[in-house]
Amino acid sequence: MGKRVLLVEDEPNIIEAITFLLSREGWKVESHTDGATAVERVNDLRPDLLMLDHMLPGKSGLDILIELRSDEQFAALPILMLTARGQMRDRAQAEAAGVSRFMTKPFSNTQVLAAVRDLMSL
Amino acid sequence: MLRRGKSLETRQIYLLSYGGGMAKEGLTGSRIRERRAIAGLKQAELASKVGISASYLNLIEHNRRRIGGKLLLTIASTLGVEPSALTEGAEAALIANLRVAATDANMPNAEVDRAEEFAGRFPGWAEVLSAAHRRIGTLERTVEVLSDRLTLDPKLAASVHELLTTAAAIRSTASILADDKDITAEWRNRFHVNLDQDSRRLADTSKALVTYLDTQEGDNAARSVSSPQEEVEAFFEANNYSFQGIEDGNVVVADIISQAEQLSSVAARRIGTGILQQVAADARLVNLELLRTQVETVGMNPVALASHFKVPVPLILRRLGALPDLQAGIVVCDRSGSLLFRKSTTGFSIPRFGAVCPLWPIFDVLGNAGQVLRRRVVQSGRTDTEFECYAVAEPTKTTEYNKLPLMQATMLIVPLQSADKADHINADEIGSTCRVCSRAKCPARREPSILSEGF
Repeated sequence: MGKRVLLVEDEPNIIEAITFLLSREGWKVESHTDGATAVERVNDLRPDLLMLDHMLPGKSGLDILIELRSDEQFAALPILMLTARGQMRDRAQAEAAGVSRFMTKPFSNTQVLAAVRDLMSL
Repeated sequence: MLRRGKSLETRQIYLLSYGGGMAKEGLTGSRIRERRAIAGLKQAELASKVGISASYLNLIEHNRRRIGGKLLLTIASTLGVEPSALTEGAEAALIANLRVAATDANMPNAEVDRAEEFAGRFPGWAEVLSAAHRRIGTLERTVEVLSDRLTLDPKLAASVHELLTTAAAIRSTASILADDKDITAEWRNRFHVNLDQDSRRLADTSKALVTYLDTQEGDNAARSVSSPQEEVEAFFEANNYSFQGIEDGNVVVADIISQAEQLSSVAARRIGTGILQQVAADARLVNLELLRTQVETVGMNPVALASHFKVPVPLILRRLGALPDLQAGIVVCDRSGSLLFRKSTTGFSIPRFGAVCPLWPIFDVLGNAGQVLRRRVVQSGRTDTEFECYAVAEPTKTTEYNKLPLMQATMLIVPLQSADKADHINADEIGSTCRVCSRAKCPARREPSILSEGF
């Protein structure tokens, strides 16, 4: 069975594109659109990789990241943060909170695939 | 000043040809005051020397009486300056601006000192250079404001986020359609529909963003109003921070607020009302004319002034900030460091958005209510203007048992004239806000500067 990717993103067309892209590579992709319940979803699904949007309804990606990293069982979970907020401060905050990779929109499919492959091989 | 050796006639022609258009005779009084200060004369001394009363000279110096003819020549002669130095301030301003431009370009002092000669020999080019330097300053401030706005203006940030998110969806979807030759018809159709939706959304978002930015074109870019706090600032700027009716006690705050076209939101009117009520309360305790006279007597000494008027120091700082001829800036912040009120002064940048430099003296007093701090500062990367800052904090509410009082700090920012720097006190270097501060290796830096990192 392919490894599981959880995509937490509230933009439906990005969800469709990434789901198609990663599924084609053999990964099993689940998506979730609500920031407030994202941590619960991670708990339930136990993904091998989390792709996390920065701006989400209910709770920000940064807060979700901080909450997950404070839980020992998710300390090593590869987390790829996708964001339209490419400013240095946002990147620094995410890195300080323990993000594995930070990618700014609009990203290319090649970049996404390379990052996912890289993180999955860790 | 002009090159030595020119005849008076040549000098007058010269002034008409390149300086005349900028002359501001209405400010002759201010120049007399400045020159008197440089000469180290008290107002009463100069008045006596030129044969007029001190009160009349006071009116002249505050540009409340026109001056010309013999009296102007007598004052100029007594102060040892050309009459044109008092009436044609623009020339001095031009040369001063050229010197700043040269200093900013790191030219050697010997070259900086030739600014006057340059202006004399090439007046047209000097004007162009001076105007270009001013324009650069204006653009830098606009970049500063827009950069802060991009970070913290919710409307702009949301628009840019929407734009980039839609672009990401389009890019990803289009790449799949272009690269995957084996895609099923069902997926192809879905992606075509998505592309259609996203391209429409991108068009709408772009159009909305352009409309939003269009409203901020030109000089309005740095002044566009979008929050209650900005409405209040626009209101105070439009009134030049001066409310004569309140000072005279014959206009009520509610009338001013109801007629203020800048205050369109309920929140802005409430904030504006609170500030004007404080201005009215302050005005009842300290009359501006009496304060001006007392400053002439004891100098810029807020503690002595507070003692004289028997009022708290923060009140005196606010009243000094309201004195037009002092041209001082003022900021007020709460215990979190958020600026509640800001009045700018030339050369001292007060960010409209985002956190200000933590090195400002106002933050030093938040934990020490009642302590009056006096510090000389200069802002990194701006003009070399130095400022004397006076800061003090006070509790804002009635004291209660076992509760820390809510604090409010006030800082008066007084630009120093050259004569004021004779004491050779070193100025501490501070910034405005990290994003636009060029100060290297600053221990207080929170984030990299766009001036060093680039966009």
